[in-house]
Amino acid sequence: MLIGLSRPSGGTISIDGIDGIKDIKKAQGIMGIVADESNLYDEMNGFDNLCFCASLYGMRKEEREKRANVLLEQFGLKNAGGRPFRAYSKGMKRKLTIAAGIIHNPKILFLDEPTTGIDVESARQIRSLILDMKQQGTTVFLTTHYIEEAERICDRIAFIVNGKIVKTGTLDELMENAGQEHIIRLTLNNGAKAIENELQRDFPGLRIEVKDENTCFIISPVKVALSPVLQYLDGRGISVFEAKEIRPTLEDVFVKVTGIEADKLQKEKEGGKK
Amino acid sequence: MIAWIAFWNILTKDVKNYYLKPPNISWGIIFPLSWMLMQFIRTPSTLDIDVRSLLPGLMAMSILFGTTSMLAVTITFERRGRSFDRLLLAPISMTTLVLAKISGAVLFGAIIAFSPVLFAAFMTDLSGINWVAAIAGVLLTAVTSTLLGLAIAVSSKEVFEAQTYSNFFRFPMLFLSGLFFPIDRLPVFLRPVSYCLPLTYGADMLNRAINGTGFMNAWIDSLILIGFAVLLFYYCQWNIKRKWILKKNIGTPDCKIGGLC
Repeated sequence: MLIGLSRPSGGTISIDGIDGIKDIKKAQGIMGIVADESNLYDEMNGFDNLCFCASLYGMRKEEREKRANVLLEQFGLKNAGGRPFRAYSKGMKRKLTIAAGIIHNPKILFLDEPTTGIDVESARQIRSLILDMKQQGTTVFLTTHYIEEAERICDRIAFIVNGKIVKTGTLDELMENAGQEHIIRLTLNNGAKAIENELQRDFPGLRIEVKDENTCFIISPVKVALSPVLQYLDGRGISVFEAKEIRPTLEDVFVKVTGIEADKLQKEKEGGKK
Repeated sequence: MIAWIAFWNILTKDVKNYYLKPPNISWGIIFPLSWMLMQFIRTPSTLDIDVRSLLPGLMAMSILFGTTSMLAVTITFERRGRSFDRLLLAPISMTTLVLAKISGAVLFGAIIAFSPVLFAAFMTDLSGINWVAAIAGVLLTAVTSTLLGLAIAVSSKEVFEAQTYSNFFRFPMLFLSGLFFPIDRLPVFLRPVSYCLPLTYGADMLNRAINGTGFMNAWIDSLILIGFAVLLFYYCQWNIKRKWILKKNIGTPDCKIGGLC
């Protein structure tokens, strides 16, 4: 709907101040759109594909050729620029399709499952390129089934279930709102079991779980101020070598928010597309 | 300026990529050429008038097959590979897009239309032909046939499907449009159908330009062809929007579980 391939039956769309319903063609001029399939032209080579896509945005010949060369270089496809698109590997096709999506330096970029079904190295490169674009000021809308990918590169995340947004926010907000507990793992020199009950008694707001003589967990519904605990342990001759926050994963939050079980989620991931 | 740059690049891309695709070669080039050669060979070369009288029909047929085949290829190939979405998502109007897509086919149809003329030039005297009217007839016929091809291609998913649907219209038109025998030789009940076909008026224009015969004034033929072109142009635009730009209700399930944005 935002990119103009579906018509809304109600509501409004505003894209960088442009009416996305009445003036969709103007809005499309500032958008880059990368579909879930690599939909460039098999008959044309990589360079010509980029130049053609640039021409759709009114870029002149010299300008589009210069930009195409820059992008081929940036995406590591310089040597493949003269090869037909159909001869590209899946990862190369994906990279060229993303390059075509940003050929006109869009303010907003829509990426639909950019790393699905491609090799690890290409997926890493694409994630790195997305982060670069983000840093350069491009707003990126990323659709993905890989929750860890969203966790790693997105500023704001929305969970969509059956076409409806069920939760949205920054990573921290989602973690907070999901009511996940804060867990700190302490690595001690020794004596964890001996002070478990004492520690629990003196810090009633926290839940203490001791795993072994060297490891104990401090669990709290709110963020934990560590220094009183550390001082307390120090006073009893117990040294703390490491204190590490054990964060729940976004997948844990997703499962909690949506009620979708982890195995179903896994099947959905393996199934790939919507 | 954006529109012009996009128009020109879509046109040249189609020409470079699709003119020599097998479905276009078989239906758009080989079929009309074979039909043309068959007609010329069976016509005794001493009867000059016969070769000339065949020309308008052969030209119109070549245009019909050339343009509709080209559209069947350019649209369905791009639809199948989803590269047509790229054009729909570009900041160019639907009018520019449709004009760019049909221009390559019009050009192709016009070139194919003059292949019978080239062969006829070796067999008969072509003096006295009103070339301006002939070119106008070729172009107008090419535009209407191309738009007809676009209307068919928009409703097809595969190239073979588009060619089959096209044949459903093309073959009856060969006989109903007065290409190889006058319409008044058709059974009375079929004549109204002939007058509803744009090719009838294209063939009539070419007949008048080449042989000085024809059942209608060339200007009226032109106006009717322009009318058909305008109608088909708007129908195609409407149909592309209807078929390819989906109307969805907000909240329609579109993304199953696990979708993150």
